[in-house]
Formats: sequence, C-alpha cells, structure tokens
Amino acid sequence: MSAGVGVDLENIWIRFGDFVAVRDANVNINGGDFFSFLGPSGCGKTTILRAVSGFLEPSEGNVLIGGQNMQGFGPNKRPTALIFQNLALFPLMKVWENITFSLEIKGASSAERRKRADELLDMIALPGQGDKLPSELSGGQKQRVAIARALCAEPDVLLLDEPLSALDLKLRQHMRTELREIQQRVGITFIYITHDQGEALTMSDDIAVMKAGVIDQIADGRTIYNDPSTAFCASFVGENNVFRGKVKKVSGDHAMISTNRSGDLMARISTANQGKMKEGDDAMMFIRPEALALAPEGAQGDHFVTAQVTNEEFEGNSFNIFMEGDGGKEIKVSLPNLGQSFDSHRGQPMTLEYEVDNAVVVPAGELATE
Amino acid sequence: MPGFLKEFFNRNGIGMGSLMLGLVLFWTIGLIILPQLSILDFSFRPNLPPPEYGGPKDVYTLENYRYLVFGPEGGGQDYNSVDLRVFFRTLVAAVCVTLFNLILCYPIAYYLGQNKGNHMRIFALMLIIPYWINEILRAFALRIIFGESGVLNTVLMGLGVFDTPFDFIRNDIALYAGLGYAYILLMIFPIYNVIESLDRNQIEAARDMGASWPMIHKRVVIPYAKPGISSGCTMVFMLSAGALAAPQILGGPSSLWFTQLIYQQFNDNNDWPQGAAYAIVLLAVCILFVLAVMRMFKVNMGDIGK
Repeated sequence: MSAGVGVDLENIWIRFGDFVAVRDANVNINGGDFFSFLGPSGCGKTTILRAVSGFLEPSEGNVLIGGQNMQGFGPNKRPTALIFQNLALFPLMKVWENITFSLEIKGASSAERRKRADELLDMIALPGQGDKLPSELSGGQKQRVAIARALCAEPDVLLLDEPLSALDLKLRQHMRTELREIQQRVGITFIYITHDQGEALTMSDDIAVMKAGVIDQIADGRTIYNDPSTAFCASFVGENNVFRGKVKKVSGDHAMISTNRSGDLMARISTANQGKMKEGDDAMMFIRPEALALAPEGAQGDHFVTAQVTNEEFEGNSFNIFMEGDGGKEIKVSLPNLGQSFDSHRGQPMTLEYEVDNAVVVPAGELATE
Repeated sequence: MPGFLKEFFNRNGIGMGSLMLGLVLFWTIGLIILPQLSILDFSFRPNLPPPEYGGPKDVYTLENYRYLVFGPEGGGQDYNSVDLRVFFRTLVAAVCVTLFNLILCYPIAYYLGQNKGNHMRIFALMLIIPYWINEILRAFALRIIFGESGVLNTVLMGLGVFDTPFDFIRNDIALYAGLGYAYILLMIFPIYNVIESLDRNQIEAARDMGASWPMIHKRVVIPYAKPGISSGCTMVFMLSAGALAAPQILGGPSSLWFTQLIYQQFNDNNDWPQGAAYAIVLLAVCILFVLAVMRMFKVNMGDIGK
C-alpha cells in the first residue's frame, strides 16, 4: 500500500454563535488509513468533516493535510473529495459525465473523460452503464458512482459522510466490504463519518468516538470495544451491561466495585483510567452480554451476579436472557446456541459469572442513549 | 368516456365533478377561446358600418393583413414600413427586456432560493409589496423619477455627471426600466421555485470537485433551473410584447409600441377588423417565437408547468 497522505487536526474548536460544536479536537490520521468518526447524530462529526473538506473554517486550531496547513484553502483547493450522505449526484448529467466532472473542470477533452469514466466504471463493476442517468440506477449503483466520481479527482483524502445510511441492511453490509476493498486498492486515506458502530468496527483502522463535540477515545476497533476509556464509549459501541457503584478498593489495574444492586464485583480498570481511579469514586462497570455465562445456582463471590429473569428470547445463534438490572436498564446475556438444552428461568432468579478481565471499570459518566 | 374523465368523476362525484369541469370549460371556452375566435373572425372582415353587417360587402378578406405588410392600397410605398418597423421594434425590445430581466432576476432568485431564515421572508416581502400599487401608478412613479426635472436628473446633475438634463423618456430608458420593473416578480418566482428545490449538496459537491462559481452555475444550477427560467422568460416576453400601460406612459413621443397601434385601430380609428388583424399577428408571432426559442434550448412544454 502506498504511504498516503496523513491528516492532522490540531486543537480544533468550532463554534456556531454560543454553541460549541467541536471542542478541542486533536487527531492524527495516518496516511492510507481508514479512519472513522463514530458518534450519535449531532455530536459534531459532520462538522469536523466539513472543516477538513474546507466548507467551514475552524474557529480555532489547524487542519493539516500532508503536513500542510489548510487554513484559507477553499474546498475546491484542497486535495480532498467528499461523498455526501445523499450522494449529491448531478441528476441531469449522465453517469459518465458525473464521474468525470472534476476532469471537465480541468478542461479535459471529451474523449479523455470517456476513457477515464470507462476505467472507473470497470473498477466499480458497472461497465457500460456510463450513458445512463443517475435516476436509472439502483441505490447501491448510485453509491458506487458517487465513489467513482470522488476518486476521479484523484484526491489524497476521501471524506465520506454516512454514505451508506440510505441503503437497506443487506446492501449496507455488502458495501462495507466493498468500500474497504476499494480503499485498500487505491491506498488513499479515507475519513469516514458514521453513527453505526458496526460500520466503524468492520471497516476502520482507527476510530474516534465522539460525544457532544468531544472526542472520547481514539483507538482501533478492538481496543474501543474491549478497553473503552469512558462510560459513553462503553455504552455506545456494541451492547453492554452497566453496573453502577463506587470504587471500594483498587489493587493494581483491578478494582473492587461495590455496585448498587449486585454486591461487590471485581473488574479491570480500563487502560486509559489506570492510576486515576481511587477509593470512593463513582464508577461504572461494564460487562458484554457475551461475556456472561451461567453459573451454578446460588454461587457467590466477586465475579457472580444474581438477578431476576424478566424475559428470554431465542435468536437462532444465541439465547438471550434479560434480567432486572441497574437504573431501569436490563442486563442482557447472550448464550451461544451450541445445541445445549435450555430451561426457562422466566420470573426466577438466575446466577451468572464472568471473567474478571472481561469486566471493565470506567469513571461514572453519561451513557449513550439509544 | 375516456379513462381520465371516469377517474375524475369517481374521485369527485358526479355533482362536484360536473361543477368543476363546467367551470373550467366555461373559463377556457367561454372566456378565452370564443372571444379569441371572435377576434380572429373580425380580422378577416372589412370594416363596415353596422347597417351593412351581413350585407353583400360583408365577405372574408385578407385585406387587414395585407395592410400591415403593404400599407394602404395605392400608397406611395412598397411596404407599410411604419407599422412593420414598430412591430419588429416591439419584438426586439421585448426580447431585450426579457434578457435584461433574466440577468437581473437570476441572482436574486438564486439568493432567495438558497438562503433560508427570517431575513429572507422580509426580502421577499419587499419584492412583493410594491406590487400592491397598481401598474399605472407605478409607471407614473417611474415617470417622476426619470422625468426631465425628475429625481434621477437632479441627482446626476448635482453630482456633475450631466450639465443639462438627460432625456430618459425620449431615449426609451424609462420605458425599458418600466417594463423590466413591471414583470420582475414573474421572472423571479418561477426561477426561485426551482432553485429552492435544488439540493445544496450538489453545489457543494461541484465546489468540492474544484468547480469555480461560474462553472457551478453553468453546469449545475442553470441546467436545473431551466424550467423556471423558460417559464419566467415566456411570461415576461409575452407580457412585455403585449404591454400597453407602460409604453403609453413611459414611451417617448416618437417610439410607439405595437400594442399602441392596435389600441389606436380599435379606439381612435374605430377599425375593429384592422385592430383584430394586428392583434392576431402579434399573438401568433409571439407564440411561434416562444416555441422556436424553446425548441432551440430543448425545453419541453411540460417543463414550463413545473
């Protein structure tokens, strides 16, 4: 893979009047990486993308592309190409004209544009469709045309603003793979905006998790999933069960949490918070549904949870058990379906166990609302 | 009964459907088609005093049309150059007014269409409110502005641009300004309507791909706004070519508008057939011209209704 051009955001603040849309963002994106900004709608991720593409100037801080400060460069002067959420294909231009619009601006001849369009159409597996109008294409095809149109400009950085959100689930999953493949083939830096953690996890080299204008964590997908730095990251990325409580004792990188409902439980302090948590702090402990397992009835200890079963469902690959949890939230348990027998415990208490290293403690904070 | 009529009656019921259909037919046939046919009929008849109606002299003739082209029989000229010149000057002037209006209104419509918020409503209101004042008063107001001792001359002379008052009226500047001003809204609103529905992302996408503003307008905005532009241009052209009040009030003494000739035929000369023939020629030529221009710019009739 070619080295690609990196993007650096240095102390970016973006304000609209009194409203702070982005608060002190610092991000270093390696050249050739697939980098995602992940967060709920309104968290400022699109605003960051617009600052990178040049549609708005940050109130403070710098955007560097390939080490060069982009301040004062308009969107038409930056080596970026943006793929819009609604794709924004030109409805009155044919597909090949759409794709080669950037060449038309540079004054390329019609024959040259045709040739380039054919190459790109081959690349996106739509050969011979150049003379159609965008309205004659399916959703996934339009998607690919938008990608081809952006790549035609030969940008150093491709910016994607939730381009898959309009597609149905099947196509979306297919396009994930395809986008990732295209990115690896062309080797340029992709910056991807999404509120879908599945998209972010499957495609990205690195992910920045955002909440209300603040970047909570920047790491690769596995780290974010297994070792979240904040309560928001833990609850936003993937399904997670929260146990609220206070730190009772810290021993090395582990802590004993006296939880509100489930007694004292042991867990690992997430890497970002090690050394920062002390006794008496409000804390939140997270255990993934798949990290919980059935335990012998009545077993007690610092890695056992007992609660009332409220509901059970069979999802094919797993049995899901829902139990009374903390603060009105259910505890969800996913037991893989390995053909074992399964007795209903609906309305009865049930005891679960987990491995201490699979439970993560972070300081108490705002949870993602979904 | 054709399918669309059946569906129409099914949807609205026989009673309401008949009423609506009746009103529409009355409007189109009774108020538009029949009077025009009557004018058409007039245009092919000689100008006779009422007692001779239906008499031996009341026969169809092309005399009224011949008159427009060749002038009075036995006249000294080969062509009716006076009236023909007025006719073509009117058409050319109407085209100029239309183009001038388009150039003026496109940026306004674009601005209105692509910006949102309270100040936009005030802006639109400021465009509309002057049209509460009737057309004649607005024309006279322009006369006051452009008159020899009018506001404009006073200001320009005060600034030392002219030593003596410039005759805006004799030079037809007042007339063009008046015609342009009269139909501004008819140009702005169709274009505004279309541009308002243009996805802002398309403009940004073009910009992102390196397009300059002129390029964005040429390749993205104007093609998209074409139905609005053609509908605005058609209306402004038709109405300026057929305007009467503005030329009457703002026109210079030597520059007649073709509608004024028609008016003279009907009222001053009391020659309805001659006036009818002139009116029919103006109407037909304007329609043909509009159709030809639409053809040239590949605009469909259906687009105009958008």
